[in-house]
Amino acid sequence: MVDVAIVGYGQVPSVRSTEITETQMVLDVTQQAIGMAGVDRHDIGFTVSGSCDYLAGQAFAFVQTIEAIGAWPPISESHVEMDGAWAMYEGFTRLQEGDVDLVLVYSHGRSSPGKPEQVYPLQLDPYHLAPLGLDPWSLAALQARALLDTGVATERDFAEVVARNRANAIGNEHAQVSGKFDVDALLAEPYVREPLRRHDLPPISDGAAAVVLAAGDKAASLVDRPAWISGIDHRIDIHQPGMRDLTVSPSTTLAAEGAGLASGPVQVAELSAPFSPQEVIVRNALGLDDSVVVNPSGGALAANPVMVTGLVRIIEAARQVTEQGRDRVLAHATAGQALQQNLVCILEGSR
Amino acid sequence: MSSSTQPPGVIGIGQTKYSKARTDVSIPGLVREAASRALDDAGLDWGDIDALVMGKAPDIFEGVMQPELFLADALGANGKPMLRVHTAGSVGCSTANVATDAVKGGRFKRVLAVAWEKQAEGNAQWGLGGGKSGSMGAGGIFAPWVRAYISRSGAPEHIGWKVAVKDRLNAVKNPYAHLKLPDITIEKVRDSMMLWDPIHFLESCPSSDGACAIVVADHETAKTHSSAAWVLATSMRSELGQFPGRDTVRPQAGIDCSAALYKDAGIANPREQIDVAELYVPFSWYEPMWLEGHDLADLGEGWKMTDRGETEITGSFPVNPSGGVLSSNPIGASGMIRFAEAALQVQGKAGEHQVEGAKVAIGHAYGAMAQYFAMAVLASEPAPF
Repeated sequence: MVDVAIVGYGQVPSVRSTEITETQMVLDVTQQAIGMAGVDRHDIGFTVSGSCDYLAGQAFAFVQTIEAIGAWPPISESHVEMDGAWAMYEGFTRLQEGDVDLVLVYSHGRSSPGKPEQVYPLQLDPYHLAPLGLDPWSLAALQARALLDTGVATERDFAEVVARNRANAIGNEHAQVSGKFDVDALLAEPYVREPLRRHDLPPISDGAAAVVLAAGDKAASLVDRPAWISGIDHRIDIHQPGMRDLTVSPSTTLAAEGAGLASGPVQVAELSAPFSPQEVIVRNALGLDDSVVVNPSGGALAANPVMVTGLVRIIEAARQVTEQGRDRVLAHATAGQALQQNLVCILEGSR
Repeated sequence: MSSSTQPPGVIGIGQTKYSKARTDVSIPGLVREAASRALDDAGLDWGDIDALVMGKAPDIFEGVMQPELFLADALGANGKPMLRVHTAGSVGCSTANVATDAVKGGRFKRVLAVAWEKQAEGNAQWGLGGGKSGSMGAGGIFAPWVRAYISRSGAPEHIGWKVAVKDRLNAVKNPYAHLKLPDITIEKVRDSMMLWDPIHFLESCPSSDGACAIVVADHETAKTHSSAAWVLATSMRSELGQFPGRDTVRPQAGIDCSAALYKDAGIANPREQIDVAELYVPFSWYEPMWLEGHDLADLGEGWKMTDRGETEITGSFPVNPSGGVLSSNPIGASGMIRFAEAALQVQGKAGEHQVEGAKVAIGHAYGAMAQYFAMAVLASEPAPF
């Protein structure tokens, strides 16, 4: 296997609605990532991005963003209609072939141009689910109710997840929602979709992020402390919510096995849990104990730029290695509704 | 390095019947039809697949956001890795290339790649316009560049008509093809309605429903298969869609894409060493344009190859014996069909449209403002050169 590390990253602050275009955001974050890696963009051997046409409300919405990365002379490039975490997975795979040693990964998502309550139901089975108008909040509420019914968690647990994430987000310049919140006060709030309250839901965000991956000795030569990808895997579960147990996440467990979580403890975990009950489900699927610091960035409850949230988790985990000196950390990304598809990436300080 | 020095192989191919409206199946039914046939062809069952890659053109065409999520159930993807590729019109070939990369990365033995479009469940023309009215369509974008090619090369007007006739007569020999026009003539093409001058109605691709699937296996696994098509090389290139001085007739990304492809495959003389090409030709004139755009013909010589009949099935350099995109165009699948038809040719399994003695073939697709390119070389032997 070719050793691969994250040697550069960049993100923009998530906001409810930005006036700047995806292309401008991508220019900013890719310049940050390339600058940190200290490489020339012409040395990038492969570029891969992740985004979703439906957020922009336009076919081929991703095409314009190659303006930002300067696709001239022509570049070797691909795109996934997925969160940037999966774009990074493709970049990691591409580096295994050994013929390129630098990969640029970026993703962008603006939820502000559309109405999420109208857009996201279109992500469901168009024959059996979308016509019901089943929105993500209702689906997440069904998941939360099922979790409560198992006795694994309580509504107080959900509020505590929210309070901790928002407190962690204080000082994170990229976060959208942060602050000190009292759990009892949170529990006094009205339901939006019972048993979920507004704070159990993610904010609606615009954002972008980028990373530069480098292979082996190249990575070691570029930065003092690269974040080495010791394992990365992703899996998908059944789509039909009535056909699976919503209180568990077998695809997360499988991805963690594939990424090698069992080979040692992690100090930090950055989890993509846009709805507070999902953090409980993902933690359990990963088997994390109380010693693990979860979401020091504030997680997806503090900022949720759809298509970017997963890549941001990986960046925040990489920062723990590169900037905070941690030895082994975990990042998790999710896609689809009710945690249907999941990715786990483990980063280490040494090769 | 992993097994990348030894080429992977295509061990299973499945196509649906392409038609204007596959009202007999749902989207899951359509993709499962292609995938089941690919598995049957490979002698495999769903459980033998390690990972999946799906490709399709814009989700707005069918009105389903990230449809791979709900199609996971129909493709036995549960518990497996599943990627979704979208690189505009080149996506079908890109999807096959990404599946090949997944195998070359060393982690998977068998990857199932599926590409599809079900245009009858939406309105692609509306989707192309970004949901705004007044879309000029792909033909409206390409017509001025076709005119520029004609002006630059001095090609006579009947070249486009000839390609249209050839590809439609080839399609008559392909059981999966959408358009079957056995009575088509040069005169009928010439007299058909002008859509985007100089592109006539009969020089344009249809709107199709359909899916294509392939199983790509690592070298060791593919060796145990009786008739693997070896993927000697793949290549992808992208460039900006608009800037002053851009050559839109012969884009640099296309030149670079094929140059890298030939080099990786060990091809020094593409015109001589490649036996058959499945090129993405949605409008007839793109046959000579890509012959020149990918260095299969010298500048100004592409149309002469067409005119001399060299691109016929029985010619010295057959192009699109399947009938090509001009005969079947499930947009997101069209690039994978080129890849799959190239594989069928070198396997000797192309049936009535088989090119005699085909050993090396290329599949090709392009997209957006003729700015995204994906290509692959398929061969009957893992080291033919």
